[in-house]
Amino acid sequence: MAVSVAEATTKAASDDSPLLRIEGLHVRFGRQPVLRDINLGIRRGETVAILGESGCGKTVMLKTLAGLLRPTAGRVLFDGLNFQELSPSELARQRTRFGFVFQQAALFDSMTIGENIAFPLRQHTKMTPDQIHEVVTRRLAEVGLPEAVRMKKPGELSGGMRKRVGLARALALEPEVMLYDEPTTGLDPIMSDVINELMLRTRSAHSVTSIIVTHDMRTAVKVADRVVMLYPLARLGPGEGQILYDGPPRAIEETADNRVIQFVRGEAGERLMEMRRQQNISENTQGKADHG
Amino acid sequence: MSLGTQTSGDGLPGVPGSFLNDLAQWVADVGERTIAWLVALGSVSIFAGRMVRWLVIKRPQRETILWNFYHIGVLSLPVVAMTGMFIGMVLAVQSYAQFKMLNLETRLGAVINMSLVRELGPVLAATMLAGRVGSAMAAELGTMRVTEQIDALTVMGADPIHYLVVPRFLACLFLIPALTLMADFMGVVGGYFYSVHILNIDAYYYLQNSAEYVGLFDLAAGTAKTLFFGASIAVIACHHGFHCEPGAEGVGRAATYAFVHSFVAILLLDLVLGIILEAIYGMLWTTAPRLV
Repeated sequence: MAVSVAEATTKAASDDSPLLRIEGLHVRFGRQPVLRDINLGIRRGETVAILGESGCGKTVMLKTLAGLLRPTAGRVLFDGLNFQELSPSELARQRTRFGFVFQQAALFDSMTIGENIAFPLRQHTKMTPDQIHEVVTRRLAEVGLPEAVRMKKPGELSGGMRKRVGLARALALEPEVMLYDEPTTGLDPIMSDVINELMLRTRSAHSVTSIIVTHDMRTAVKVADRVVMLYPLARLGPGEGQILYDGPPRAIEETADNRVIQFVRGEAGERLMEMRRQQNISENTQGKADHG
Repeated sequence: MSLGTQTSGDGLPGVPGSFLNDLAQWVADVGERTIAWLVALGSVSIFAGRMVRWLVIKRPQRETILWNFYHIGVLSLPVVAMTGMFIGMVLAVQSYAQFKMLNLETRLGAVINMSLVRELGPVLAATMLAGRVGSAMAAELGTMRVTEQIDALTVMGADPIHYLVVPRFLACLFLIPALTLMADFMGVVGGYFYSVHILNIDAYYYLQNSAEYVGLFDLAAGTAKTLFFGASIAVIACHHGFHCEPGAEGVGRAATYAFVHSFVAILLLDLVLGIILEAIYGMLWTTAPRLV
């Protein structure tokens, strides 16, 4: 039976249960499994970095947490609420408790920067245009952007500026949980550090719970107080769990798992051998075809 | 399920003979395509159902309505008007020789205006709308899907169907009759101008014959059909945009299929509605003068 919103919130507030709880999560696209039996709890105020190589299901996990993707099996509980059991209006209301920073910022092309940041305020509050203007100014200052960008379109800004606008928009409604999808991907090292600093400031200024999907170890070490490392299902042995590491970022190099060490140090390891083997197979096939 | 690719090499197991194998292969291919069509039809129906649900439960915002009415309706007026006018003149050019041989050239007005009001005006206005607006809607929404802007709307608690599809649907539904009336009007003017001023047909008899054969029912029937055309264009184009595949190729394909499928839907609906409206006309005016 579906738990009512009020009951669930009261229950969650009364005990010390995690703010976000993932229970037996499975996600598959058609016949392709991406996540298998993930169990994770994230406490209020915690900053968790989800690490892993491309294709391991990090972004899928983040989108499942935000209710953008439906789990194939298992469930995600936010503050005791299962998004799958909520009515559309209640779901929309609960989603305002999340802020999502997309990999490519996902700013609305047809709107100016000011309108982009004002969008959630116009959707969910009864603020006057003056109040909205004031909040937009505050958010722009918070992410270190000048007032002059307010009237620009997203296409006129650099990648780093767009990411910062995305962060400002995500913060507009002062969410309880911030979800970052590859926040530093595609940025130069200096701009990456600016984004890392902004994530730290956001955490201290708004006391948010943060989940950062990244493959950038510098971001994980600098910003997170917990690291969860996922591994692609296709490379796992039978019966192995998909989470290879779950602990503090400083201790990740002390783990005994060679796959984690390779990722942290950025070593290709057996991937190089696989690549060479594939090249040999291709060359042999080509040679036989030429002789035939 | 890809039966076709599974069996393309050695034929279906247990089915002897090349002819039987080919036949079985053909049946498998037809079955596969039929299933794909049914799945697509089901997907469009569910999409339309979700849109109707939002149409009923929540009114779209004024600014999204106005923006879409302007871009879909107002900006389509010139191209629709020009098409209508030229079609009216072309009809006069094509029909004149035959009617002149029978000394019935004053009946040209009846033929041109009846063709315009009952068929060409509505179908051409709908085709122009599908080409100009349908493709653009699919490309725009497809780009929004690919760049995660639709996901951004969802995480900000704004339902993308309510925010993006409902205003486009309303604009297509309510403005296509106006565009059709414009196409009809310009076609009538173009036909009159060419017949009377270039072909020197007597203006009095041209107009009298037009008035005798073309009635208010014809105008109403032709215009009413376009409501169905407009609804189908909006649903098909938005569906293609929402289900766009990644990349530039995916967006291009969504735009192309939006037009092709809308055009097929327009023709199918035109036939079905034509039969129904003709039956209604026959019941209402059994003794009315008919051209055929």
